[in-house]
Amino acid sequence: MTNYLDFEKPLAEIEGKAEELRSMARQNEEMDVADEAAALDRKAGELLEELYENLTPWRKCQVARHPDRPHCQDYIEALFTEFTPLAGDRNFADDHAVMGGLARFNDQPVVVIGQEKGNNTKSRIERNFGMARPEGYRKAIRLMEMADKFNLPIITLVDTPGAYPGKGAEERGQSEAIARSTEKCLQVGVPVISVIIGEGGSGGAVALATANKLAMLEHSVYSVITPEGCASILWKNSDKMREAAEALRLTAADLLQLGVVDRSIREPKGGAHRGAEDAIKAVGSAISEMLKDVEGMDRQQVINARRQKFMSMGSKGLAA
Amino acid sequence: MNWITNYVRPRINSIFSRREVPENLWSKCKECGTMLFHRELKDNLNVCTQCDHHMAISPRDRFLALFDGGIFVEIDVPTPIADPLQFKDQKKYPERMKAAQKKTGEAEAMLVAEGEIGRTPIVACAQDFSFMGGSMSMYVGNAIVAAAERAVELKRPLVLFSAAGGARMQEGILGLMQMPRTTIAVQMLKEAGLPYIVVLTHPTTGGVTASYAMLGDVQIAEPNALIGFAGARVIEQTIREKLPEGFQRAEYLLDHGMLDRVTKRTDMRNELITIVRMLMDMPPAIVGDLPAPGAVEEAAPAEAEEPAEDAKA
Ligand SMILES: [Zn+2]
Repeated sequence: MTNYLDFEKPLAEIEGKAEELRSMARQNEEMDVADEAAALDRKAGELLEELYENLTPWRKCQVARHPDRPHCQDYIEALFTEFTPLAGDRNFADDHAVMGGLARFNDQPVVVIGQEKGNNTKSRIERNFGMARPEGYRKAIRLMEMADKFNLPIITLVDTPGAYPGKGAEERGQSEAIARSTEKCLQVGVPVISVIIGEGGSGGAVALATANKLAMLEHSVYSVITPEGCASILWKNSDKMREAAEALRLTAADLLQLGVVDRSIREPKGGAHRGAEDAIKAVGSAISEMLKDVEGMDRQQVINARRQKFMSMGSKGLAA
Repeated sequence: MNWITNYVRPRINSIFSRREVPENLWSKCKECGTMLFHRELKDNLNVCTQCDHHMAISPRDRFLALFDGGIFVEIDVPTPIADPLQFKDQKKYPERMKAAQKKTGEAEAMLVAEGEIGRTPIVACAQDFSFMGGSMSMYVGNAIVAAAERAVELKRPLVLFSAAGGARMQEGILGLMQMPRTTIAVQMLKEAGLPYIVVLTHPTTGGVTASYAMLGDVQIAEPNALIGFAGARVIEQTIREKLPEGFQRAEYLLDHGMLDRVTKRTDMRNELITIVRMLMDMPPAIVGDLPAPGAVEEAAPAEAEEPAEDAKA
């Protein structure tokens, strides 16, 4: 069962027709639908390609949030070995919106941390839809400190609508936890390599994405605010999310041009959710390459390079 | 009278508030309804003399009251590229900027200055909520970096007064990137062993609290200031329950261990002097009027009563 996005409706119709033909043929052996169905498949393929080559910023937000998109856990399972989850912030709780632990990447021991949204109703609730509470960020801080102590590179996978807006989260210092996590990203003497695999939602994403090298999947987004939130504030109308998404410049291509992101990772035709294996593989090669980019640097160089990157950020705008 | 009345340093254009004098000489306190004469209110740092309600105060007025004799020297902030995203909502970003500049008489949402408080040299930043909600822009980030660099250069503490709704949406991701940038500024102070004192004022929320405004060595807030990450309405919609009285207010945060102190604006200056002097291992401040300094560079009458005509924006 395919989950179609609203703009994929024409595609859904074509694919639906092809499926209908095939199921009719299964019931009636005399019918020969092969040619017709193949033609529809071709048409669907062309349409899919066209749709995804020309995704508007708002559509990219929709794709980035697609429920079938591979999530943090999928990447960890496929790209890392000996993943050993480590839990808790040693203070209040273990936040399941943030997963992390020790693992090997290409045999090299690393610390991997990421936000996990879950993939069915039960796991989504358990993961709080990828919205971390302070404990999640404090767990991340703890793991980053461990990585720093044992000289292990840190790999983060970012996918969150934002930090959780809850009563307890505020009471336990959501903002302080985010601030400290960002601070930790900047403090550690080991490389921080980060990939935005879906949604890079504001401060909740910055807390893990303040990296030496940052990559983004082609259809992922990274933004100061959701288009809906921006629209309701600046347009006083949350239905203007398309305009807001446009104005915010939240796509990988724009962020690459602005120097916020170091590389954009190509997604398979029809988005990562239509080719999870290829998407995960592409992310894996990007991580390998980014680790190579920072190879041979000593601790101070790692810190200085990261600092320099952020200090010079904003020196270029978008070409008119 | 303080010695400072006839002691004016060169390059003090900062002394006059460029904000226009309110047409209405009386203003009503929103909390208790008392009518307050504007001069009386100003003398009390925009704190209601009846109920202690803290109203907004412009960075310039705050600095005039904070620094000895109202004397401070502004620190230059590198100008970032204007309108990096060519952002347009219902209005173009440059138009919003112009309107904010006209309204406040300031170039941007953060004022940075150096000077002395109780003869204690400091660098200070104050964020202007009336300038596009105090939002954290590239300029604001540059201002904090410039303040930290200057503090390190002069080996002075940095005192920062925050007031903001978050990052500036019109600068998109580059606004958001001021979270790491300002965190680096705080780290520079830390590495130099210099105190960084944050005074949270009403309101301080979003990406600002989630970066430099929560990273102080000492965290002080003004009474009843709204301080938080997420907006109360968003939280209520998410958790589908009513939030308790005083939620996200300074006193509530103090109760939850998120602040060191809640201090009235009228007591803030003395408190900052006390804290800073201890952290800097300086002797206690001399209470009362200070003797005039030995060298008076230039004697000019201080005309702080009326704003200069040409200084009006
Ligand atoms: Zn009052």
